[in-house]
Amino acid sequence: MTETGQSRRSLVRGTLAVLGAAAVYEAMARSGYFAPALLPTLPTIGRTLVAMLADGSMLEHAAFTLYRVMFGFGLAIVVGLPLGILMARFQRVENFFLPLVSALMPIPSFALVPLFMLWFGIGNLTTILIVFYAATFPMMFNTWSGVRSVNPLWLRAAGAMGADEHKLFWKVIIPGASPFIITGMRQAFLRSWIAVVGAEMIAASDWGLGWVIFDAKEFLNTDIMLASLIVIGLIGFAFERFIFGSLERMTVLRWGMMRTAKG
Amino acid sequence: MQDAVTTITADRGAVLAERWRLVARTLFPFIVVGAIWEVIAWAGVFPRRLFPPLEEVAASFVHLTMTGILPRHAIETILRLLTGFALAGVVGVTIGVLMGRSRRAEDILLPLVSIGAPIPGLAYAPLFLLWFGLGNVSSVLLVGFVSAFPIIFNSWTGVKAVKEIWVRSAQAMGADDRRLFRHVILPGALPYILTGLRLGLAQAWRILVAVEMLAAVPWGLGWLIFGARKFLNTDAMLAGIVVIAVIGLALEKLVFQKIENYTVVRWGMISS
Repeated sequence: MTETGQSRRSLVRGTLAVLGAAAVYEAMARSGYFAPALLPTLPTIGRTLVAMLADGSMLEHAAFTLYRVMFGFGLAIVVGLPLGILMARFQRVENFFLPLVSALMPIPSFALVPLFMLWFGIGNLTTILIVFYAATFPMMFNTWSGVRSVNPLWLRAAGAMGADEHKLFWKVIIPGASPFIITGMRQAFLRSWIAVVGAEMIAASDWGLGWVIFDAKEFLNTDIMLASLIVIGLIGFAFERFIFGSLERMTVLRWGMMRTAKG
Repeated sequence: MQDAVTTITADRGAVLAERWRLVARTLFPFIVVGAIWEVIAWAGVFPRRLFPPLEEVAASFVHLTMTGILPRHAIETILRLLTGFALAGVVGVTIGVLMGRSRRAEDILLPLVSIGAPIPGLAYAPLFLLWFGLGNVSSVLLVGFVSAFPIIFNSWTGVKAVKEIWVRSAQAMGADDRRLFRHVILPGALPYILTGLRLGLAQAWRILVAVEMLAAVPWGLGWLIFGARKFLNTDAMLAGIVVIAVIGLALEKLVFQKIENYTVVRWGMISS
């Protein structure tokens, strides 16, 4: 009983905190000490968000951003996953790629934006490649450590029971490495989501949520900025919670890998 | 490898040869990539200004270093990184520890932090630029703000993960609040806090370059790269990127692994 009382009190306090923060913001916005263009009231932000959703412009921006993210992220999986597996399975591949990866990984993806703008112009290609660059390394690195950390006992047991290379790979190595691979995907998506917003700001084209925010700054449209910020946060949150959450349930939990990964 | 290890005492020559082989093995991929780069640059597939051969990049690197331009950009960037990160460290650890220790603070702060966290840090950049103006204040505040989130979450988890039995036994032995905090909770939570600081620094480093591009700071590696684009100085850009890579690598190898060895391993917290 105290447990439920405690959790109810947490909920009440949390709601009060959020409402309180909103009230403080609203009071600041209405006080007139700050320019209304810089600190729009909450109803204004809400109206802008609804208006942009209604006329479809917000959806179009979101669609462009999602297209770039998914393209770059997909490319990163297609390249990073096999490369990570190859690095873990073959010493020669690891010897070749590991030094390169260690040298490239500490370069933030944004440092390459101006270079890519020169090489590939502004627009989709540059943004997609930046996303790809940002997402490949976490994908590759996690896959690599995942495959390496597959319990050697399982490999030997499967080998002793007569599993061939093909079976060993699909039935033991991939499920065994899956917690790491999914973590890699999560990290990669998080990175791509950051990268796409930044790349859209710097290598501005005409569409995209990052571009909207940056463009709105020029016209002091703080309400549009905050509305887009909300959409960016919601999409990122939805991906993390629903897509990766269900992916995890479908693979890692179903194969019963979670406990072994943690233990 | 194993063979080399066993013959260490027997034959120093073998060890030396092994070390040379390691160096050669590490350098080999870079030589291959460098050679490919050279071939593309000299074949003239792309305009020379956009795809300079490596010796031009090296020459520009040496030139920019000798004239003191590159070091100054690098120092300004590092200062900005450290200021923002210090801000994030102080605020983040304080909030995180507070959230871990007090139920009330946790209830109040957790929803607020959870709302701010999933938005990519750079998306706040234009907002900060509007509120705090172009330049240093905005970029330092933004870097601090963004890198505070992983620090808060990890310190919070760390304090909560301190074993209840340690706290109780310390209390039973008569430790007051201050001693409890200094000798039990802080060392116990330290591995998490350090992980948080490490993630925060990595985050700060990743967005600082972009922030410098957007905030139009007078000096800084991000600005150097961004400014060089306007004059098609691809060699200067690549030289800047090399410096960025070196700083990033140094941060990881020199700063964090050292701190971790010094504190966590010394207190024997990693294995427990």
